[in-house]
Amino acid sequence: MYSRLYKAIVSAPPLLWVGFFLLLPYALMFVHSFWAVRDGMLVHEWNLRNYHTLLSNPVYVGVLFRTMRIAASVTLFSLLLGYPLAYYLSFHAGPRKELLYQLVIVPLWVSYLVRGYAWKTILGSDGVLNGFLQYLHITHEPVGYLLYSPFAVVLMLTHIYTPFVFLPIYAALEHIPRPLVEASQDLGANPRSTFLRVILPLSMPGLLAGATFAFVLSLGDFLAPLLVGGPSGTMIANIVQSLFGAAYDWPLGASISVCILIITVTLLFMTERLEKRWSFK
Amino acid sequence: MSAGASSLPLTSTGAASPLLEVRGVAKCFGAREVLKSISLDIAAGEFLTLLGESGSGKTTLLRLIAGFEQPTAGEIRMAGERLDTLPPYKRRVNTVFQHYALFPHLNVRDNVAYGLRVKNTPKAEIGGRVNEALLMVKMTEYADARPSKLSGGQQQRVALSRALVNRPQLLLLDEPLSALDANLRKQMQGELKALQREVGITFLFVTHDQEEAMALSDRIALLRDGALEQVASPREIYARPATAYTAQFIGQTNLLRGEVRGGVATCGALRWPVSGSDGAAIFSLRPESIPLAADGAAPPDAVRLRGVIRQQIYGGSSELLEVDCGNNQILRVRIPACGPLSGQHEFVFSAADAIRVRE
Repeated sequence: MYSRLYKAIVSAPPLLWVGFFLLLPYALMFVHSFWAVRDGMLVHEWNLRNYHTLLSNPVYVGVLFRTMRIAASVTLFSLLLGYPLAYYLSFHAGPRKELLYQLVIVPLWVSYLVRGYAWKTILGSDGVLNGFLQYLHITHEPVGYLLYSPFAVVLMLTHIYTPFVFLPIYAALEHIPRPLVEASQDLGANPRSTFLRVILPLSMPGLLAGATFAFVLSLGDFLAPLLVGGPSGTMIANIVQSLFGAAYDWPLGASISVCILIITVTLLFMTERLEKRWSFK
Repeated sequence: MSAGASSLPLTSTGAASPLLEVRGVAKCFGAREVLKSISLDIAAGEFLTLLGESGSGKTTLLRLIAGFEQPTAGEIRMAGERLDTLPPYKRRVNTVFQHYALFPHLNVRDNVAYGLRVKNTPKAEIGGRVNEALLMVKMTEYADARPSKLSGGQQQRVALSRALVNRPQLLLLDEPLSALDANLRKQMQGELKALQREVGITFLFVTHDQEEAMALSDRIALLRDGALEQVASPREIYARPATAYTAQFIGQTNLLRGEVRGGVATCGALRWPVSGSDGAAIFSLRPESIPLAADGAAPPDAVRLRGVIRQQIYGGSSELLEVDCGNNQILRVRIPACGPLSGQHEFVFSAADAIRVRE
């Protein structure tokens, strides 16, 4: 048995870490959301006006809904890309598995900003994609809506978060005992039926974890809209950023953050429940 | 008796045409030859056991028949039709896997119903057949349980029931009892044999346990390094092993190395008359065929030998003796339990019990 002193010493660093860097900031954010700004000064005056503004101003509500729409699209597209990729690697890649796995993972080592600027050079008016389209005479002048649009944001975020979706799905697929797949075939199920009745249900926890990653990370993203979003691609985190920056309305920014936090926590809670339903240990 | 089984008559059932025909099947994994031109017939209703050490290729042969592997050469036919060209889900063959491979996300009932559902069996029929299959293995009361809540023996029964509900022509069993403890194993052996008689389905059973093979099988196919060593009924393979390997693998034996010249076999101090060609020879002599020489009449072909008892191992109903006959020749002898023995004794065996085997 370990002594109480030993236990206290060992558990102190993580507790302090969580306390100072997670709980304290959240508490401050929560408190700020009930304060106000008057004449450019933060005043400690308890009120619910921030929440009222947030819910009654169509701009904020609109951006919040757009953000959720973008996050949902990113989730969908990363699943559509990530699942087949993970399935192929786990079941059919054979000896190429290791190499392909590394190729999927490598982009994670490249700076987010570099990947963002890469999309700018691809999608821009004088970018690679426009040049290519004109070279093929599909278009005669640069297409403007490729960059600075929700489309560009979804594209970039899908590119960035697909590995995050791929990883848990791949792990879940790798954990499916292969005799189960053989048993299914042995009992007369063709490959499609085996996938729907055995592989998909058993990979659900991974799929849910991946979908949660993509949705939650996209929901709070502010760099992609900043780099490739333009005015029509602004997301809620950009609003928060400007409220804490140039607009200097910390209480309103804090109230939006609380809303995002509530959405996120609710979602995490729901997927947690779902994942429990789909785990069969 | 030849190692290739195809020339053997089907002693167990005498059926005219075999259910399963394995013809010159070979399998290589890269440069490693796991199976070397196997030929084997299985009759309808037969309980045939593939017996062999790990790495002998018995599981590979089973997987070739189930369709999880493709043969490098040769062909497999079932009821006269080509089997090895079909994908596993089109073969009328079901498998009981070594670790059961029950679907963890389905309860017992849905596991058993799986095969019927994927083949679009009418709903009305599924319920009845599933209940019947569960009843057969006495698992009805666990129908709603998840596999993870069941013991090894119970999972085993569900796996059996899940396979049998499809009424396959051939059931493949891949060491199905190896994960069970000894007592349960004995009990399941009995139930398995009874079940096979009841449903009349052909069983192809894989095991490394020779006692299990002896207890269950109509015939045993002994595999060694990817080739068939001998295929015969348990009684025949025990009484008349074709090779030294078979004699040692199935039961205990004494291998006597010597030579035959002019109708006389000489192995160390032992000499007895034999028929057969001259030359170096190996004989298998089972320990229980060498009783203590009694005062009464010995059989006419009796061979007498004297030896000093070096060791005595008590085994309840019998005693296992190690007898030193001189010239470094040690014989193992099994006699009915008789109390402690020591010193020199005379033993006797019938020349007909010394079976000449190939290397």
